[in-house]
Amino acid sequence: MAYFDFEKPIEELELQLENIKKTADKNKLDLTASVFELQEKIEKAKQDIYSNLTGWQRVQISRHTDRPYTLDYVEHVFTDFIEMHGDRNVKDDKAMIGGIARIGDQSVMVIGHQKGRNTKQRQMRNFGMANPEGYRKALRLMKLAEKFNMPIITLIDTPGASPGLEAEERGQGEAIAKNLLEMSVLKVPVICVVIGEGASGGALGIGIGDRVMMLENTWYSVISPESCSSILWRSWEHKEKAAEALKLTAKDMLKNGLIDGVIPEPLGGAHNNPEKMYQTLKDSLQNMIADLSKLSCEKLIETRIGKFSKMGSYTEL
Amino acid sequence: MSWFKRVKEGITTSTEDKKSVPDGLWHKCPRCKKAVTTAEHEANQFVCPGCNYHDKIGSKEYFELLFDESNYTELFANIYPTDPLEFKDTKDYKSRLADSQKKSGMTDAMRVGTGTIQSFPIVIACMDFNFIGGSMGSVMGEKIARAIDYGRENKMPVMVISKSGGARMMEAAFSLMQMAKTSAKLALLAKDGIPYISLLTDPTTGGVTASFAMLGDFNIAEPEALIGFAGPRVIRETIGKDLPKGFQSSEFLLEHGFVDMIVNRTNLRSQLGQLLSLLANKPLVKPEVE
Repeated sequence: MAYFDFEKPIEELELQLENIKKTADKNKLDLTASVFELQEKIEKAKQDIYSNLTGWQRVQISRHTDRPYTLDYVEHVFTDFIEMHGDRNVKDDKAMIGGIARIGDQSVMVIGHQKGRNTKQRQMRNFGMANPEGYRKALRLMKLAEKFNMPIITLIDTPGASPGLEAEERGQGEAIAKNLLEMSVLKVPVICVVIGEGASGGALGIGIGDRVMMLENTWYSVISPESCSSILWRSWEHKEKAAEALKLTAKDMLKNGLIDGVIPEPLGGAHNNPEKMYQTLKDSLQNMIADLSKLSCEKLIETRIGKFSKMGSYTEL
Repeated sequence: MSWFKRVKEGITTSTEDKKSVPDGLWHKCPRCKKAVTTAEHEANQFVCPGCNYHDKIGSKEYFELLFDESNYTELFANIYPTDPLEFKDTKDYKSRLADSQKKSGMTDAMRVGTGTIQSFPIVIACMDFNFIGGSMGSVMGEKIARAIDYGRENKMPVMVISKSGGARMMEAAFSLMQMAKTSAKLALLAKDGIPYISLLTDPTTGGVTASFAMLGDFNIAEPEALIGFAGPRVIRETIGKDLPKGFQSSEFLLEHGFVDMIVNRTNLRSQLGQLLSLLANKPLVKPEVE
């Protein structure tokens, strides 16, 4: 397990604990009391650290390479997944995956950004940065879901839409724009969950839903803290400040009325206890599907558009 | 002793007798350096007669150019920006706003006007680049949303003139959600069967491109405008190579199928009149001499 700088106290305590256990084993000593004491200390340190995370620390957690990615959730939250490929125009974008699956006994369409864990995978998945064909594949699958009356679940985890020659040639802007428009009038329930990074138009491109949720240690904003720092402060050095200024945490986003809810993560982040994370997400998704399924498609669309129409901050004089 | 001798006096006119040229009488094209009088430049819709360079102009100029007799009613002028995140980088957002408002005399980077083009009613939302780079914040989103509502209520076509670097970072996720808001409103306009025209001018990038600017029933571009999602600098840094000439230009977008036509600003009014008359299935009332 890799520790972040701010987790150093926990790392040290866990090291101590390991040593004590070893000593106990080796010398056949009964150190249960010390072990217990240390375990309590660790628990307390965790509580202290994780309940006071800064924006930048959450950004770091959201990028932890051991965090569950879209396909991990697909495997553990859903059953009977059939992956579908291609936008029917250009190619299959491996940074955006999707297919039909079951959650409980409900068939759904699952779509999400996919990152890679090692260098080879990361390249194949283009670091979770989708191209226009990724957004067009996503829309194709959403239209299918609408046709067969299945709820749609999108899992957002991207450092942004892919910037490149081919992306521009094939209309990255148009692809995202089209999704925003089409998703706002889908006749089936749409649930979007930010499971890691939610950067800009690349995230929003699959992010128009009846419920837009964020896992506790994720971020969602118009730009990454690094890029924001380089543009506004003209240096990469101010990313911590930028992360605070952008108010990009789940808590801030909920407070500003820009998302519908926060899904709690296990102590220390989703990667610390993936099984628990899967269960929490599953329960949450099932509850939301049950609620949204009660609404007529007209009501769904009206409420969805109404919600996004209200977003903004201005005054009238 | 020098080997030449001045036989004729050079400049003999005294300073007071010189014909003075007032400042701002001439306009020099930033590209081809051709000089024309500012009056000529304005009469030519701020387009260089030498190289067809389209100078950046603001909402006021577009409205005067496009609406019949330069006559229009401004709508929703009373919407002002706030600072919801109390954003501060090297300068705080509040003072940035105050400075821009003072400099430009506008409340934010967008003006909405309604009137007629060759007698066809239309509502136009136009950006002003000199207000924080035409960046999209909550005010722009709200004004576009209301322009669309106005178009729906009055059954008249809606046009958005884009000239923007993209999202306004100082409004962070509020700015991002304006993409969702405007696109959702456009879905309603489409449902009502009301035309939406998007005019893309130099520059149109970022979140503006990835929402309403690319969603026109008709996407029209001014010549040689920079239009794209990711900025050229970001792409250059990502791919580590220089970008091909003409990349992300209006002509590039036309070639790749993302704009319907490129229209010179000097022809814009007549082209729009023709389009609106076709859409209304009515003849052009009086073919004006432009």
